[in-house]
Amino acid sequence: MLSTIQPPRCLSRIAVRGRTKSRSLHILSSAQSVTSASLIDHSQILSIRDSLLSRHLSAVQLTHSYLDRLKQTEPQIKSFLHVSDPDKVLKQAHEIDEKIKRNEEVGPLAGVLVAVKDNICTADMPSTGGSRILEGYRPPFDATAVKRLKNLGAIVVGKTNLDEFGMGSTTEASAFKVTANPWDLSRVPGGSSGGSAAAVSARQCVVSLGSDTGGSVRQPASFCGVVGLKPTYGRVSRFGLMAYASSLDVIGCLGSSVADTGILLHAISGHDTLDATSSKREVPDFTSQFTSASSLESRPLEGLRVGLIRETVDGGVDSGVKSAIQSAAAHLEQLGCILKEVSLPSFSLGLPAYYILASSESSSNLSRYDGVRYGSQASSDELNSLYKESRAKGFGPEVKMRILMGTYALSAGYYDAYYKRAQQVRTIIRKSFKAALDENDILISPAAPSAAYKIGEKKNDPLAMYAGDIMTVNVNMAGLPALVLPCGFVEGGAVGLPVGLQIIGAAFDEEKLLKVGHIFEQTLQGYNFVPPLDADGVFA
Amino acid sequence: MMASTLFRTIQIHPFLLYPTTLFRRRNGALYCTMKSTQTQTATQEKQQPSKVKVSQHTQSKTLDKIKRDYEAVIGIETHVQLSTLTKAFCSCPYNYGSQPNTSICPICMGLPGALPVLNSKVIEFAVKLGLALNCKLSLNSKFDRKQYFYPDLPKGYQISQFDIPIATGGYIDLDLPLEFGGGHRKFGITRVHMEEDAGKLLHSGNEDYSQVDLNRAGVPLLEIVSEPDMRTGIEAAEYAAELQRVVRYLGISNGNMQEGSLRCDVNVSIRPVGQLEFGTKVEIKNLNSFSSINRAIDFEISRQVLFHSQGQSDQIVQETRLWEEGAQKTVTMRKKEGLSDYRYFPEPDLPEVILSQVFVDSIHNSLPELPEMKRRRYEKMGLSMQDVLFLANDMNILFELLAKGGTVKGLIEEKDLVQIADPIEIGKMVDKVLSENPKQLGQYRGGKTKLQGFFAGQVMKLSKGKANPGLLNKILLEKLNAES
Repeated sequence: MLSTIQPPRCLSRIAVRGRTKSRSLHILSSAQSVTSASLIDHSQILSIRDSLLSRHLSAVQLTHSYLDRLKQTEPQIKSFLHVSDPDKVLKQAHEIDEKIKRNEEVGPLAGVLVAVKDNICTADMPSTGGSRILEGYRPPFDATAVKRLKNLGAIVVGKTNLDEFGMGSTTEASAFKVTANPWDLSRVPGGSSGGSAAAVSARQCVVSLGSDTGGSVRQPASFCGVVGLKPTYGRVSRFGLMAYASSLDVIGCLGSSVADTGILLHAISGHDTLDATSSKREVPDFTSQFTSASSLESRPLEGLRVGLIRETVDGGVDSGVKSAIQSAAAHLEQLGCILKEVSLPSFSLGLPAYYILASSESSSNLSRYDGVRYGSQASSDELNSLYKESRAKGFGPEVKMRILMGTYALSAGYYDAYYKRAQQVRTIIRKSFKAALDENDILISPAAPSAAYKIGEKKNDPLAMYAGDIMTVNVNMAGLPALVLPCGFVEGGAVGLPVGLQIIGAAFDEEKLLKVGHIFEQTLQGYNFVPPLDADGVFA
Repeated sequence: MMASTLFRTIQIHPFLLYPTTLFRRRNGALYCTMKSTQTQTATQEKQQPSKVKVSQHTQSKTLDKIKRDYEAVIGIETHVQLSTLTKAFCSCPYNYGSQPNTSICPICMGLPGALPVLNSKVIEFAVKLGLALNCKLSLNSKFDRKQYFYPDLPKGYQISQFDIPIATGGYIDLDLPLEFGGGHRKFGITRVHMEEDAGKLLHSGNEDYSQVDLNRAGVPLLEIVSEPDMRTGIEAAEYAAELQRVVRYLGISNGNMQEGSLRCDVNVSIRPVGQLEFGTKVEIKNLNSFSSINRAIDFEISRQVLFHSQGQSDQIVQETRLWEEGAQKTVTMRKKEGLSDYRYFPEPDLPEVILSQVFVDSIHNSLPELPEMKRRRYEKMGLSMQDVLFLANDMNILFELLAKGGTVKGLIEEKDLVQIADPIEIGKMVDKVLSENPKQLGQYRGGKTKLQGFFAGQVMKLSKGKANPGLLNKILLEKLNAES
């Protein structure tokens, strides 16, 4: 049990492409009975629960082990902007242990350490949004998603690094630090939820919350070799998420397994009276359909229609990524899927339309950061310079650029040409996805055109960085759910760089995504998606 | 009958605040200045070239003659603060006069991560008003963000409605007060839309700093825009008074100008009689009573006519002017540099507003008998116009009459409601007030003309609210400006 928490001591190096045995995985067999116990192997959350309730492990021990690991690895990874006071965290863990001792009920997430992206409000911790303009700001309320997690017994271990206000794909736009990719410390972890993805990848926490406006959960999941889930727009309340683009933002989940992200999603989903855009749709138990690999039939996804989006494996995509996706597609076929290539002709329109809509909405959403009521205020004798100085000093260059772009796009005479037109493109994209998902159960694509690149590589080329969002933005434009899970490697770093497969589903069909992802994950052989950090938190 | 309405609504404030004058708008941005524009105004006044002295009597006679060659075109924008239990987008209550920042929450403060959720009563009240004003309702409307920076606007945008307001194309019927000639009027209503109020700014005494009170931020408002159908100050004032009656009858607002639950800005322009083209439009703010509306418009018409008559019509610029109650005139506040760019776009945090015909019908069926209906009914019953207006236009009288019975006239006398319109009697009261307040009198004569309001208030108090306001001010001014 403990071996899944602490890093393996001797790790055989994984060949870039090819199969080596490093982790025992069940070989598909036809007739073995289902026991929920075997599901525990593929869900950290369930195995923690099992250990705590069976008294094999105490929450305090578990917390110590994570906190130690966090402390060891944090100087290299730098995932966190704020780490909770260890005493407070241990106190919460102790309370859980006491409850268990008294045979009292504990929530399904009891003892689970969660990291929260710093653009999600937490009442007892600073929430900066990765920005100087909110340096030291402490919200007077918890985001609904955070509240729900806490109610179920989760322990928030800290706030993770991000690109300022969610604008970026690498964490290089954070005002405070750049997070490193646990697979190669000279590379970016992705963004904007880079800190949340790295924290899970480096096993500094069990699961984490991120936000996804144009791919900010999925792309870092792909870069860091973890599972990232973007729910349908409206599935999870946005109350407490610092708004970037209101019609595109969602809170998403990151974990080391599909099951964990599913359990986390279930914990935070559901209608919220404080969010008028949250859906009243019933929330199914996303993981109820899960079965362990050992009990799967030989072709468990028989008949599932899978559409590979042609525009995402065309030119401009790294050949290593392409072949990883093609292997993943072949794997799905082995599982019984019917694979087809699907064309979404409006696909390329998504990127420019996205940047217009997102910049426009963000220019409006960020108007409240004026230094008057909260956050850092520049001293000034005069109102106009108070605004100018506070915002000039408080915002980073990427944010300023987007505010300028957005303000321009919304200004008189330009609204029709830009914003209105981008909304029309959005309708086209929505319709084309719907048509494709009428013909197919799921769509697949890479999550990004490449694996993690070097820190500094794209910093001075924003358009190149924006281009990396091509795989992910259309999903936000259409409001659909998507799951990214590691499916292979490309060359780079010490042992290779992970590549994620993106699975896109129809609106509110997270259940199907999770089911497919879980089976894919369980039956994928020969890959170890734990980065090679040894016990001292140093790369070998 | 407007007079009796007037005496109920005038509570003259001795020290009127002009908060917005401290923030000058320049180059599209608002900023705080060290000097107050009041001081500047006084300076401007001193710098004006001395005019040719013509006796006031002659001047007004000539002006009256010239005025007949021109037609005034007046439109009014009214903001009605709704008396919902809680604000438009959060559950904070609103109580006028509370301690600053005691009725706020993350939502109306615009804290990061906060989101608006619409109070459904706002829609109900909007539909009520739209129907009462004979408008066409938009069964599908939406909210938009109106964006600008100002310290009393926490989010940096106001949630409002831009291109698809909830109600359009209506009208209001009213009767002018008999003492102003009476007569029926019908004025068009361009639109009614929903929006949220901003907070309040409180300026320090020495104007070194200003403070923000967000109690009012997020309170629901209905904005009513009239067609430019009024032609005189009285018509405009009666329009405002009728709106007050309607919102009170409907139970959607207190309609109280002094508390700010009914606010009017007027737009005034003039054109030669017969000309179809509109003249340059001037906006007037800071109108705190119906009589101010009346007097401000009359003043502004005269001001504009004077320019025209002197061949200086280009001196009339499109601008916002403030009504100064003390000095009884409009002064420049800021020049309008064209239309501000508010960068409207649809509010993504709120779903579309969809009304079902069933909903609309149920509201329609629940509407009370409105003042206009009442007036026509009493008229048909054979009541005199005076009684009709008195009864229909004052709800309190009506309720009491219904409860107690008796005649209208009897009730008026019983309640000692007869207005004092005898100049000698008013003169006596003014003398008394002036003699009892020598300090303020000295200050007034020393230049603090704002104090007129103070004296007027004292006389009103003395007369138990019965003094005819127009007459009061006329006599008061005469006595104030007379050499002691």
